Amino acid sequence: MSKNIISLENIAVSFDGEKVLSDISLDIKDKEFVTFLGPSGCGKTTTLRVIGGFLTPDSGVVKFDGKDITTLPPHKRNVNTVFQRYALFPHLNVYENIAFGLKVKKVPDNKIRSRVREMLELVNLQGFEKRSVDRLSGGQQQRVAIARALINEPKVLLLDEPLGALDLKLRKEMQIELKRMQQRLEITFIYVTHDQEEALTMSDTVVVMKDGNILQVGSPVDIYNEPKNAFVADFIGESNILNGRMVKDLLVEISGVCFECVDTGFGENTPVDVVIRPEDIKLVEPDDAHITGVVKSVTFKGVHYEMQIESYDHTWLVHSTKAAEPDSTVGLTFDPYDIHIMNKMEG
Amino acid sequence: MKKVLAAPYLVWMVVFILVPLIMVAYFAVTTADGAFTFDNLAAVSQYANIFIRSIWLAAISTVICLVIAYPLVVILARINVSYQSTVLMIVMLPMWMNFLLRTYAWMTLLGNNGLINMFLGLFGLGPFRLLNTQGAVVLGMVYNYLPFMILPLYNVIVKIDKSVIDAAHDLGCSNFQTFVKVLLPLSIPGVMSGITMVFVPAISTFIISRMLGGGSNLLIGDLIEMQFLGNSYNPNLGAAISLVLMVIILFIMVILNQFDDDEDRVLM
Amino acid sequence: MKKNLSKLYLALVMLFLYAPIFVLIVFSFNTTKSRSVLSGFTFDWYIKLFHNELILSSLWNTIIVAVIASIGATILGAVAAVGINGMKRLPKTIVMQGTNIPIMNPEIVTGVSLMLLFVFFMVRMNLEMGFVTLIIAHITFDVPYVILNVMPRFRQMDPNLYEAAQDLGCNGASAFFKVVLPEIMPGIISGFLMSFTFSLDDFVVSYFTSGTTQTLPITIYSMTRRKVSPEINALSTIIFLVVVAVLVINNVIERRNLRKRGVIK
Repeated sequence: MSKNIISLENIAVSFDGEKVLSDISLDIKDKEFVTFLGPSGCGKTTTLRVIGGFLTPDSGVVKFDGKDITTLPPHKRNVNTVFQRYALFPHLNVYENIAFGLKVKKVPDNKIRSRVREMLELVNLQGFEKRSVDRLSGGQQQRVAIARALINEPKVLLLDEPLGALDLKLRKEMQIELKRMQQRLEITFIYVTHDQEEALTMSDTVVVMKDGNILQVGSPVDIYNEPKNAFVADFIGESNILNGRMVKDLLVEISGVCFECVDTGFGENTPVDVVIRPEDIKLVEPDDAHITGVVKSVTFKGVHYEMQIESYDHTWLVHSTKAAEPDSTVGLTFDPYDIHIMNKMEG
Repeated sequence: MKKVLAAPYLVWMVVFILVPLIMVAYFAVTTADGAFTFDNLAAVSQYANIFIRSIWLAAISTVICLVIAYPLVVILARINVSYQSTVLMIVMLPMWMNFLLRTYAWMTLLGNNGLINMFLGLFGLGPFRLLNTQGAVVLGMVYNYLPFMILPLYNVIVKIDKSVIDAAHDLGCSNFQTFVKVLLPLSIPGVMSGITMVFVPAISTFIISRMLGGGSNLLIGDLIEMQFLGNSYNPNLGAAISLVLMVIILFIMVILNQFDDDEDRVLM
Repeated sequence: MKKNLSKLYLALVMLFLYAPIFVLIVFSFNTTKSRSVLSGFTFDWYIKLFHNELILSSLWNTIIVAVIASIGATILGAVAAVGINGMKRLPKTIVMQGTNIPIMNPEIVTGVSLMLLFVFFMVRMNLEMGFVTLIIAHITFDVPYVILNVMPRFRQMDPNLYEAAQDLGCNGASAFFKVVLPEIMPGIISGFLMSFTFSLDDFVVSYFTSGTTQTLPITIYSMTRRKVSPEINALSTIIFLVVVAVLVINNVIERRNLRKRGVIK
């Protein structure tokens, strides 16, 4: 088991009396790709700023490699940041931007030169040394920002929605490249995003946040398959979220029909949220199913069709490789292990 | 921590802007011996005709500036971008000459034996009395302050998206309708700051009226100057007139601001 | 047709703007003092101008005052802008509104209010208005322009720039000097140039706060008050040529910079 590189212990932050982070604790392991995922305003960027040293928490402790660094200023932390809009220095060219950190540390010039060359190679920007940074494309600026941070050989790289400004294709490419870079350099990446797909593709660990709280920490597979509550389920991929009632262990009632399931320990006759992924629903003849509905819309999505099917108390989202006839009546079935039961969220 | 850096400036502002303005107010309501009085402010009413003349001439000049500048700016904004800054520079260049010299230039042109009267004389006309008239004062104001109308107008109009104009035509507006319904409303912030930037110096000038208006067309500025440096030394009355002038300007600016709630007002 | 109308209008406005100045220039070479009849070509007025002690000394005064006042205003204003930028919303708004006062106030009111202040304290200390009051007055009306030139640079700056420098190993002060200062420098320079030209050109405020010290605009004013003096024509010509030269050079440099940055071809 690898050690913790960063530990947050009971961190609380508020701005003008408004709580932005309420008492969060989290351990981040060395050489891990960790993603903070959540809607805007959930506190993910604030958490990143606390780790980077740009924000001192109102209470709580930040530990780096076991040492308390809560009040250590950013320039003394072995952590570097790739900022949201890159924050490249407009008065410096590509070379000078990347060399900045080493120049500040008064590293000898020839050493800087060879390090910058290595970095340019790492981010695939050989030959751009003399270029002015405002004459780079978004993707190129992105690479310079990464090179500028990595040249300092940080133990931890913080990335604040770094791909937000790029177009879809470039974003996909960069996702793969970032993941590869992280594995090659063997350092910790802490990545902030509101894009669940991005989080699932790249991360070893995903931290789902909402309203200044951590809702769930786990591997992408765990988070997708076993969301802790309806919010996580909804945020991670599209879902059908239904009101249900746990009749007893292994039996849940949805839309007035009882289904077998695999969950236990919710007690008897407890109201619960039931999540069923759209791709887990199978369309059958109406007579073969307990739930029937009318097909309201069919949209082709490339790999599959997305359908909205209206039963008497719920509109179901269904993904299938076969399209149903619009306005026809179909039956819906799902397997016991595809029914995810979760406690109702407070509030 | 950083905020401390503003401290020297804040002190400076208080000592050399706020305190002097308070002193103006203080002088306005005291006698030469320092006793409280409303006499100075009451005495300002004797000069009502001068105030009215100043407001009137400044208003005419402002309107003329607007009428000249608006089409000019529209033409400028349509010029090929690579020439635009050069043409704008040529238009603004006279502003860089000291305004005393610019006014002096008109003095020599308008004089009884000046170039204009000589030219008219060739046709057997004149000589007309051009100098020392209200018309000459308005001319001087327009000539000196026209750039202050052009610049804010230009800054606003050049940024108006050309496709908005195209869209208006596309939706069936005639040229005139496009102007009234689209261009004018979009350029209101520029119009408003142009009006302020011409009107304020025009209403408070004392040089233009003295050089081009002769002794008979006194403006508020002349009146104030006379109380401080002129023959009728009376700083208390001068302060009272200044106070009234500031109130008038403030009042007019508040009215103008009703049309323009844009925070980034276009200054220079 | 429409295009020609535009050109005609542009030409008429240009005529209005330039005709008076060109008349001055032409008559600066006239042998007599006539304002309408050209009688011959001479450089006499220029020679006389350069032997006019009063004009030369007031030119010198103007330059000294402008240099000191614009440097002072630039330092005071640039430092203040950094401070104001660090303020919270409300105090920032109040200070910026206050900064607008001397800009929106009529010059004559600024002039007489400062005169009241100076006279009030000078009389008590047995001092007279002169160089020092002139410089103080100029700094006062210059500073707001420096601040108004610098503040937008902060707004245009990527808010993370300062933090990025800290992230890369700079402490607060060196992050400011290495990254923030270069970013706001164009604003500081244009604020300085604006201050300098306003100081060179100022008449109204100087008129009330200079005591017996003569600056060039004050000297010009006293010359225009007297009878016709072709020396003014000569002076105008020289000033006009200087202005043209400065603007042309400035324009060329600007274009070269734009081309370097690839903004225009």
